[in-house]
Amino acid sequence: MAVIAVAAGLVVLIGYFLPMPLLGEVRALFLHWAMILFAIALIVGVINLARVHWLKVARRQPGYINSLALILALLFLVVVVGYFGPISPVSIWIFNYIQVPLESSLMALLVVVLALGGARLFGRHLSLFSVIFIFSALITLLGSVSIIGFSVPGLDEFAAWLSRVPATAGARGILLGVALGAVATGLRILTGSDRPYGG
Amino acid sequence: MIQMNVSSPGLIGMGFVLLFLILMLYFWVFRKDKTTVVLREITAYQKLIRSIHLAVEEGHRVQITLGHGGISEMRGSSALAGLVLLRRVSDVASLSDYPPITTSGEATTAFLSQETMHSAYETMEAERQYDPESGLLTGLTPFSYAAGTMPIVGGDRITTNVLLGHFGNEVGLIMDAAERKGSLIVAGSEDLPAQAITYALANEPLIGEELYVCGAYIQENRVHTASLLTQDLVRWLLILTIIGGVILKLAGVL
Repeated sequence: MAVIAVAAGLVVLIGYFLPMPLLGEVRALFLHWAMILFAIALIVGVINLARVHWLKVARRQPGYINSLALILALLFLVVVVGYFGPISPVSIWIFNYIQVPLESSLMALLVVVLALGGARLFGRHLSLFSVIFIFSALITLLGSVSIIGFSVPGLDEFAAWLSRVPATAGARGILLGVALGAVATGLRILTGSDRPYGG
Repeated sequence: MIQMNVSSPGLIGMGFVLLFLILMLYFWVFRKDKTTVVLREITAYQKLIRSIHLAVEEGHRVQITLGHGGISEMRGSSALAGLVLLRRVSDVASLSDYPPITTSGEATTAFLSQETMHSAYETMEAERQYDPESGLLTGLTPFSYAAGTMPIVGGDRITTNVLLGHFGNEVGLIMDAAERKGSLIVAGSEDLPAQAITYALANEPLIGEELYVCGAYIQENRVHTASLLTQDLVRWLLILTIIGGVILKLAGVL
């Protein structure tokens, strides 16, 4: 299995860098197969998800009512979207009036969680970097939103500079490290030293 | 006749990958007789190793969340790093009363997590004890994934939660659920907003490339150490290139 995985990976990688027509065709074929496999994996994944929740309902495990709701919602969606089509007004209505509000509510909850997390950061590991972190977040927030009766001269400009210069420089440094890590991880898999596919 | 149109960005890219590969092979082959490489201290990994062993001894469970990035995308690389950690945890904890459990928000990542654990059981010749339900797909959109993962990270016997993979802002909700149970939270992601959130909420955040080096710190594997040394060397080369470019630009050469 490892030999097949390594060979396929090498063909796709070399085809990416060296645009040879023959290699390009093989690469395109492999990617096409991969897309089909991803789609099948998605279907199997959904079946797996439904099975796990079904077992939870059957065994009356704690929180099984939530699992039952998930299975019913899944069946309802499969029937409705399967019958009317994914871009029909009914399907779009379900998305706009059920999915989007639910996710927006979770997003709103996240605001509170993050505000509390920021406050708890001082208690958890108070260091120079955590002080800089909170200070930068506060300055950026105050510089981005207008509060009635609260105006500090130069705050907007300072917040913009903070985002544009030190934050961007730091972000690029982190992204550089992440990119190198991604290359190293990819090469370890390509050489067969890491085998997440087993074997 | 084979036609080839080699673009210069393609050549530079291939040269970079080849350089990386050659350096990795060099560190792997020529450093094998050397004494152990001294690695920078990362407290997240020290605490994680201790916590994994404690979980095994005390009958607790380790939970690994691999995010919702697919392996076909750049953002899936962090999930692959998470799988390296999963393999190590599976090797240590699979035969305990409470083997590790993983959650993912993408089908291929979920299957890879199952395969990784299955492979660990196979190595230990205990394939029958493998439970496919320990590698769960908990949702397919970021927030549904978070909603599906929250009850699991806050589970009764879970004392260690590791979040390694691609996340968005929703990682805050997952970590909040884990924190309510007072479990150790080690978290890292390649996504910048997620990194900011993990810094604020995790007990032990992993910043930038730290999440990709878990193999060298936890497995003490020679290939991973070679890959870490290569990452460090190439980073210094890039820093020197950037500084050199700035100097040349200031001097009016570029």
